[in-house]
Amino acid sequence: MKINNVILKTVTKVVIYIILTLAVYLFLAGHNSPGGGFIGGLVLSTAFVLLFIVYDIETIQKALPFDFKKVAALGAFLAVGTGFGSFVFDVPFLTQAFGYFNLPFFGEVELTTVTIFELGVALVVVGVVVTIILSISEDV
Amino acid sequence: MVSVNLLIIIPFIAAALILFLQKRVSRIHIGWFVLLIPIILFIFLVRYIPNIANGATYLHTINWIPSYGINFSSYLDGLSLIFGLIITGIGALVIVYSIYYLNENESLKHFYCYLMLFMGAMLGVIFSDNIMVLYVFWELTSISSFLLIAFWFQRKRSREGAQKALLITVSGGFSMLAGFIMIGNITGSFSFREIIAIIPDFYDHTLFIPAMLLILLGAFTKSAQFPFHIWLPSAMEAPTPVSAYLHSATMVNAGLYLVARFTPVFGGEGLWFWLVTVVGLVTMFWGSFTAVRQTDLKALLAYSTISQLGMIMSMFGMGSAALNNGYSADSVVYTQATFAALFHLINHATFKSALFMVVGIIDHGVGTRDIRRLGGLATYMPITFTIAMIGSFSMAGLPPFNGFLSKEMFFTSVLNIREANIFSLEAWGTLLPVLAWVASVFTFIYCMIVVFKTFLGKYQEERLEHPAHEAPVGMLIAPIILAVLVIAIFFFPNVLGDYLIVPAMASIFPAFAAEADLGVTISAWHGFTPELIMTIGVVVVGTLLFISLKYWKRIYALLPESWSFDSLYNAVLETVETSSNKITNFYMTGYLRDYLVYIYLFFIIVVGGTLIYTGALNFDIAGNAPIDAIDWFIAITMVVGSIAIIFAKSRLTAILLNGVIGYGVALFFVLLRAPDLALTQTVVETVTTVLFLVAYYFLPDWQKENSSRKTKSVNLLISVLVGAIFVVVALAVQNEKLFESISGFFENSYELVGAKNIVNAILSDFRGFDTMLEVVVLLIAGIGVFTLIKLKARKGEEELENK
Repeated sequence: MKINNVILKTVTKVVIYIILTLAVYLFLAGHNSPGGGFIGGLVLSTAFVLLFIVYDIETIQKALPFDFKKVAALGAFLAVGTGFGSFVFDVPFLTQAFGYFNLPFFGEVELTTVTIFELGVALVVVGVVVTIILSISEDV
Repeated sequence: MVSVNLLIIIPFIAAALILFLQKRVSRIHIGWFVLLIPIILFIFLVRYIPNIANGATYLHTINWIPSYGINFSSYLDGLSLIFGLIITGIGALVIVYSIYYLNENESLKHFYCYLMLFMGAMLGVIFSDNIMVLYVFWELTSISSFLLIAFWFQRKRSREGAQKALLITVSGGFSMLAGFIMIGNITGSFSFREIIAIIPDFYDHTLFIPAMLLILLGAFTKSAQFPFHIWLPSAMEAPTPVSAYLHSATMVNAGLYLVARFTPVFGGEGLWFWLVTVVGLVTMFWGSFTAVRQTDLKALLAYSTISQLGMIMSMFGMGSAALNNGYSADSVVYTQATFAALFHLINHATFKSALFMVVGIIDHGVGTRDIRRLGGLATYMPITFTIAMIGSFSMAGLPPFNGFLSKEMFFTSVLNIREANIFSLEAWGTLLPVLAWVASVFTFIYCMIVVFKTFLGKYQEERLEHPAHEAPVGMLIAPIILAVLVIAIFFFPNVLGDYLIVPAMASIFPAFAAEADLGVTISAWHGFTPELIMTIGVVVVGTLLFISLKYWKRIYALLPESWSFDSLYNAVLETVETSSNKITNFYMTGYLRDYLVYIYLFFIIVVGGTLIYTGALNFDIAGNAPIDAIDWFIAITMVVGSIAIIFAKSRLTAILLNGVIGYGVALFFVLLRAPDLALTQTVVETVTTVLFLVAYYFLPDWQKENSSRKTKSVNLLISVLVGAIFVVVALAVQNEKLFESISGFFENSYELVGAKNIVNAILSDFRGFDTMLEVVVLLIAGIGVFTLIKLKARKGEEELENK
């Protein structure tokens, strides 16, 4: 089922960056405004899904040579790993820390370990969604 | 010093790292790298010996789930030190041996990964002070044992053996968990030390006896006690290093450890004494009796392990009698049994691992371990023969080997306990020495079988796969070290006694240690005592029976094959499989419609029932927010959309209409100021629609449903009821306050976790545990979909199993 949809392809080329930026923004914004790891990951995976729909799977896999199963596994490792990381600092499992830092250019920024945990969540979501959609659609 | 917690974690880290190693790192077998870990851990533990011998104990706690009293606390005392030294010491030797035993074509990475997993889990079991954490590690040992038994998973027997071991030990583990929870309920603590301190107030608690029985079940299954012993011989399908390590020296000792650990809790109870002692002695007898009939050397050793474990178990039982009346000058004498148990535990680990390694050498060298085909190997394998002789004679209880000392002490204990006037021993006490003696005779016979049938007699090269030759030096190092230990312990037993066993005794009898010296001076010669006469009797009768073996062997045929516990296990397994298959097929019809009916019926009964039961139906909607025109508009659109689905002609129409409902809900979230939910709902809706479209490609055309009017009306009723209940729940929630609201806590999220978005602060921080597990579940689901679709067996594919 190959359709050479020029308009869709051209639009996608632009829109994909908007979606990707939105995904990153949502991911980082999650701490203080709407967004977060889960939603960021979902938006990111819609970007990939859009690419897979508009172009064919082979082309995109060449351009994005990740194994999405491994992406998901890495995410789960990060999420669980932050839990165990607490033991290094002798605090209960999954304790998160945060602090305010003065960074050059950005000014005062809040940095927190939740971001790592959320990154894990986001990666799992991207990995699993893309894996499921790809494996179903490839099974012809 | 570094905390003991780290000791437990190191093998797990190693297990993860091993997978990244290449098969050969610059032409060196990866086993050599793995070897470093047990050696480091062993040295680490050895450094604790002097302090522990002076009565020190080490406790270190890392908070895990403090709100439930579950903490990762490690506790190093005399008892755990003995086990720790055995685990790491034998572990190191087994790894050396495995380097030469396992071919490089095997998946070595997995082997060592599982082995490290096991070592870490085992160290976790013995060093955990928290019984819940102990349980986690306990099950991990079962799982790693399962993986190791099924290491050669192409063989049907390996898989069956692994399954049997897992089923039996894990079901024992479950009952143990129930026992632990009861103990936690009785005492309000999950910590061993605290439980031991306060348990005397709770001896009359109704749950005390059930908890004891459940925990004992766990210990008995793990330590292969009668009648749960059947998994151990089947587990012998594992590679020999595994049998030498897990199934003779360490994992099977976990049950003994548990019994020893719980002696200060339950010891002194009559039931505990009788159960542990009698089950132990019966196991000892049955194991040794069955071992004699085996023709496979490894199976013989498996039964002998069962028998020896039973012997140690019974000694722990007899030792617990000392606690019956608290401390007194008379009761101290019974603690000697426990001393003997610990001593024999160490001895057994040394000689049994050596014997397993010997069997591995024979199997590796000549390609068979069938006694009927072996014979006369002594001339070809002199060193192996010597080691086998040392090991077997020690097991038989002959001097000058360590088994002699502990066997004598075993006899002393059974003779002592006969004279105790507690637990109605005066009536039945005499039976104990008799059973012990008979079992020892059979032990003697099978030990002689190992030595004489394998190494002496006629050499039959035509019946062997390969001609016999001495094993390579590397394979001999480990058993030689063990054999030297067997002899060294005989000559210097009191070093072991003073430095290791006495501190362990203080952990088992905390109340006694302060009052009296629990040490026993072990000596090889103490005159013509009844014990010595019993040993001489064992040797004389045993020798006679061994010579006349072929005349009386027929008694084994008296018990038909179909009467064994093995066939009982198989029958139970088969019945469970077929009947659960029947039950599952009864309701798993394969129609999604049916499953939805089950789910909704359950929902109607439970949620609807709760609504009526709690009287939540009397709610008042006067206080609710007013409904605006836009709300009406969205709601009506959604209603129209959902009704239209019923009349849709194609799947595509249906799914698009379904999308209308989803986006409608998202709009409501926007209106009700829940931007997080709105965002999530929108994206989820989009992804689901794509997923549906992808899946529809594979489905046949949508056909009109031709179900009867009756089914249709039932379905209509169910759907209307579900909808009605949902609405009522949504309205009623506003009214009833069954308990205090907890949202006040989360409102401080900015101070607590520095986040202004409460929703996310709850998701990723306050309830981070849920999210973490959800993420893992999501991953598992993803892998599940992938394997279902990608890895399904295609027709004509190569058969990997049962090669």
